[in-house]
Amino acid sequence: MAFLEVKDLKVHYPIRGGILNTVQDHVKAVDGVNLSIESGKTYGLVGESGSGKTTIGKTIIGLEKATSGKIFYEGENVTNKARSRKKKYANYNKDVQMIFQDATSSMNPKKRIIDVMAEPMHNYFDYTPGETKRRVAELLEIVGMNAEAMYKYPHEFSGGQRQRIGVARAVASDPKLIIADEPTSALDLSVQAQVLNFMRRIQKEYGLSYLFISHDLGVVQHMSDDIAIMHRGRFVEQGSKEAIYKNPQHIYTKRLLSAIPDMDPTTRKAHKVERQRVEAEYDAQETEYYDPNGRVYDLQRYDNDHLVALKPEEPNASLQNEKVKTGGES
Amino acid sequence: MAVERSLLEINNLETGFRFGDIYHNAVDGVSLTLENNEILAIVGESGCGKSTLATSIMGLHDPKNTEIKGEVIYKDLNLLDLNEKLYNRIRGNDIGMIFQDPLGSLNPLMTIYRQISEALEYHSDLNEEQRKARVLELLNQVGIPRPEQIMKNYPHELSGGMRQRVVIAIALANKPPVIIADEPTTALDVTIQAQILDLMVDIQDETGSGIILITHDLGVVAETADRVAVMYAGQIVEEAPVEELFANPKHPYTRSLLNSIPHELEGEDDELHVIHGTVPSLQKLPRKGCRFAPRIPWIPEEAHEENPVLHEVSPNHKVRCTCWKDFHFEGEDK
Ligand SMILES: Nc1ncnc2c1ncn2[C@@H]1O[C@H](COP(=O)(O)OP(=O)(O)O)[C@@H](O)[C@H]1O
Ligand SMILES: Nc1ncnc2c1ncn2[C@@H]1O[C@H](COP(=O)(O)OP(=O)(O)O)[C@@H](O)[C@H]1O
Ligand code: SF4
Ligand SMILES: [Mg+2]
Ligand SMILES: [Mg+2]
Repeated sequence: MAFLEVKDLKVHYPIRGGILNTVQDHVKAVDGVNLSIESGKTYGLVGESGSGKTTIGKTIIGLEKATSGKIFYEGENVTNKARSRKKKYANYNKDVQMIFQDATSSMNPKKRIIDVMAEPMHNYFDYTPGETKRRVAELLEIVGMNAEAMYKYPHEFSGGQRQRIGVARAVASDPKLIIADEPTSALDLSVQAQVLNFMRRIQKEYGLSYLFISHDLGVVQHMSDDIAIMHRGRFVEQGSKEAIYKNPQHIYTKRLLSAIPDMDPTTRKAHKVERQRVEAEYDAQETEYYDPNGRVYDLQRYDNDHLVALKPEEPNASLQNEKVKTGGES
Repeated sequence: MAVERSLLEINNLETGFRFGDIYHNAVDGVSLTLENNEILAIVGESGCGKSTLATSIMGLHDPKNTEIKGEVIYKDLNLLDLNEKLYNRIRGNDIGMIFQDPLGSLNPLMTIYRQISEALEYHSDLNEEQRKARVLELLNQVGIPRPEQIMKNYPHELSGGMRQRVVIAIALANKPPVIIADEPTTALDVTIQAQILDLMVDIQDETGSGIILITHDLGVVAETADRVAVMYAGQIVEEAPVEELFANPKHPYTRSLLNSIPHELEGEDDELHVIHGTVPSLQKLPRKGCRFAPRIPWIPEEAHEENPVLHEVSPNHKVRCTCWKDFHFEGEDK
């Protein structure tokens, strides 16, 4: 059963301009997406820069306002309620946490790690100072760090250590969902490996769910159970990891997957031929996969565990196309 | 039989940065050759000295705070001996450069046409009309659509991928025999990266130039390189043809890196390989003994040479590790 549901979420940012600084238009950063999050699972959210991934995460956590659509937490409508102090939203605030590409950007540089980590604990639990200290040490240990680290300041750590502290802090409120926005994108390969391993260990230990946001398809494949591919504020394809990677249906997904560098230099030529074939197919068929305004179609069920945004099949589809074409030319 | 000289030959290059009165080497005894018609990838994690190596070859260091030793031989000249004026002629004319951030290498106040034509003006004696033809030819070569229009644009009016194409056009302007590209696709989305890498491989095919491609991304290496040099803490630790490196990596660092690439999981307990410890800063880097020793503590100290040299695995495959024949990871059988 899903404990968090996102229904037809839209986040449109106003673009202001002109002499009077009036709203001239909107960026449809997120334009109608649905998500159901079950406990203990990892949901990968992939797409190129600007596709709307971060906006989804921030809106779920309440850092951006939903323009329309709803977010339900354990059945309660919590849309735009993250700042609310009302008791009925307390669980949602505690249970959903987010970490960013640079975890320490959200930490006060003048505070020691123990104070940084104690903050969420004090907000949600009545720990004594002794309990707080023990809990901080415990969390640091889980991400492979020494208890002494709690007396240092954020800048005294390397990038990989800071991301691990970020994960530890997100875990401090004992959440059910962590939204991780490009948590390893700034890290070297070997350091990334360490952070990803710890994230998976913590998940097993606490039964956490992740919404794992990344532009890196390899990392997402490694981490996720389910995946959504995002383009222009909408999902072009959504489903199990196997469905997306082994049987992609949308031309945009195919294009993205074929562009991942192949780690085997001996198949380089074949890989390049395939990539360029898909690229040509994309150029030729793009209009088939997007509506006349370039908008991604609504998702349709393709298989049990697989949704694809395909052109709706209508009996008079060809007729409609005619209309659109002539309309465009006149 | 006369021995053919390599296109570019780097001999025992050391580049030290000044910290107070002491220089610490960020590039620490690198020897490499680049041939015509090849892409040599230099791969390693951040801080290992890749960019310092590139800027040392290009003579772009501030001499007050940098100490450079060794040789960079190009056409029988040691570039490191050149004065600024001569170096300027070599840059752009003989060696083209492509950096990670295309916006940083373009002038925001100049149209694309002016930036490319300025590169031509500086290094050749084409007239206005010939120059315009050459600019168009270059924009076509790097796959820019509607070049007549695009060349009137300013950098901020183009996407990241288009800007990097312009930077490549500028680097190619004078048909340089050597191209140095430092993380040219790191800031780009994966589909654009694929296009830019294809472009670089095509250019290399067409022009026969030698390209040094610097990257932290093993996928980029696998897709483009002919030969690979793996760098760790200022040194080359392994060098091999690309197929050989991926099929038969020998240095513990190379093997560790390949093992930490995210892959599809094989069961609940499957974990990525992690390297012990961290890379020390320049000032703290041990200058004696194998640089990688602190990161493989399970190998006894007596097992390695005082300062491991490059050992030959096969004629084109070299590895800086005493124990390459029977190295094993922790918990792994020998
Ligand atoms: N605060 C904002 N105001 C206006 N536009 C924004 C704002 N934040 C993001 N955008 C725009 O919304 C789109 C989606 O951005 P984002 O969610 O950051 O994408 P991603 O994380 O996939 O790179 C982009 O076009 C971006 O420029
Ligand atoms: N101008 C400089 N002054 C002092 N130290 C520097 C300077 N440039 C680079 N370094 C140091 O030299 C080392 C190598 O850096 P760099 O060549 O940029 O590595 P890479 O490109 O492989 O990431 C790093 O430890 C870096 O901090
Ligand atoms: S020489 Fe020894 S310390 Fe150095 S890489 Fe090889 S096994 Fe490790
Ligand atoms: Mg983002
Ligand atoms: Mg660099």
